Amino acid sequence: MEKKLKVAALRNGTVIDHIPSDKLFKVVSILHLDTCLNQITLANNLESAKIGSKGLVKISDRALEEDETNKIALIAPNAKINIIKEYEVVEKRPLVLPDEIREIVQCGNPNCITNHQPVVTRFFVLNEEGVNRLKCRYCEREVRLEEVKIK
Amino acid sequence: MTTKEQNMKNNSLVSISDYSKEEILAILDSAADFEANPNRKTLDGKVIATLFFEPSTRTRLSFETAVIRLGGSIIGFSDAATSSSSKGETLNDTIHMVSCYADAIVMRHPLEGTARYAAEVSPVPIVNAGDGANQHPSQTLLDLYSILKTQGTLENLTICLVGDLKYGRTVHSLIMAMSHFNPTFKFIAPDELKMPDEYKVFCKKNNISFTDVSELTNNFNDADILYMTRVQKERFQDLMEYERVKNVYTLKNSMLENTKSNLRILHPLPRVSEIDPDVDSNEKAYYFRQAQNGLYVRQAIMSKVVLNQKQE
Ligand SMILES: [Zn+2]
Repeated sequence: MEKKLKVAALRNGTVIDHIPSDKLFKVVSILHLDTCLNQITLANNLESAKIGSKGLVKISDRALEEDETNKIALIAPNAKINIIKEYEVVEKRPLVLPDEIREIVQCGNPNCITNHQPVVTRFFVLNEEGVNRLKCRYCEREVRLEEVKIK
Repeated sequence: MTTKEQNMKNNSLVSISDYSKEEILAILDSAADFEANPNRKTLDGKVIATLFFEPSTRTRLSFETAVIRLGGSIIGFSDAATSSSSKGETLNDTIHMVSCYADAIVMRHPLEGTARYAAEVSPVPIVNAGDGANQHPSQTLLDLYSILKTQGTLENLTICLVGDLKYGRTVHSLIMAMSHFNPTFKFIAPDELKMPDEYKVFCKKNNISFTDVSELTNNFNDADILYMTRVQKERFQDLMEYERVKNVYTLKNSMLENTKSNLRILHPLPRVSEIDPDVDSNEKAYYFRQAQNGLYVRQAIMSKVVLNQKQE
């Protein structure tokens, strides 16, 4: 019943579902939805059998690009992304962490050159024993994915 | 482009992990040649810039002596107050300006990651002479050279790392570099300054066996190398704790009684109180000669960095 309502409400666009409630506004921020002029519906603190409490974003008339949705992998790796056309799900977009993340992450090391000079941040994505870590290309510090600071 | 490809393009040396096992061994070979004959003019007519955005007289003099012995000339500055960065110039601009004059740049900077960034934007090779707490590869190479010289090999050695293993960049780089040579490590540090997990993960991944202990006394009788580091007061929140740790981690001559005859003691210098002066006269004390080895290793580095450049 709930599911039908969400998808049915959007004719064309992108639905991002199963966002942990505390990450909803981070998703809004890294997708720059605050400056997006399309019709956007946000919902938060919805009940979810899987994750307890979830958030949801619907963007009308815009299919997000893969490099945009992959940014979400950084903060909400279990989010579900559906691209909708004429009320139908035409693509279930898997979230893939890229090998390198540029620009959107801020290095947590206050002594890193990227926090002092106009340098675009670059992080290598590492996976060790099933745990994802980011390694700053410049200061070489590693940080767990959960601790990442989004710009 | 990967970091490695990018650095190969302009031949920079930013981090010890930029060099393969073969490249490390080639540098050590070349350093031995320079030790036998230190005055070969491989940099005749070359200009090398030494840009020290923070003072480090020891490292700067070692690099500058190396270049002068190779027949090259030096330009540069020895602290940030005399550089144009004090007028607000970006690092990018400083590097481009200097690269108009110099064939290579030796750089020290208080911020971490500066050398990698400089290597990206610089048309000439960058040699990292220390970027904050991050990397100092010429120190690592001279450590390796000292180990090789005193042990006759780098393979299958037992190495004890003592002191500040949390912030000490020399010990972190040494682990990376020695990972090519099947070492066994013993980490000896107070609880506040234990080896960070990421280096233990690195060891496990590379099948390097290690143990982690807090006690210094009687814990290095099986060691081939005892690598001491400075325990810095600033690292402690509790100064009482610092006083306690400082005394527990001081190496004294009497503690060397039951150690192996081939054991050698290294220290990146300057030391404060972690090695008692009564150790200096022990034949196992190697830290002063270790510093001297830095000259030959830096001759080898500067020759490689400047001369291999034209290969493309
Ligand atoms: Zn960084």
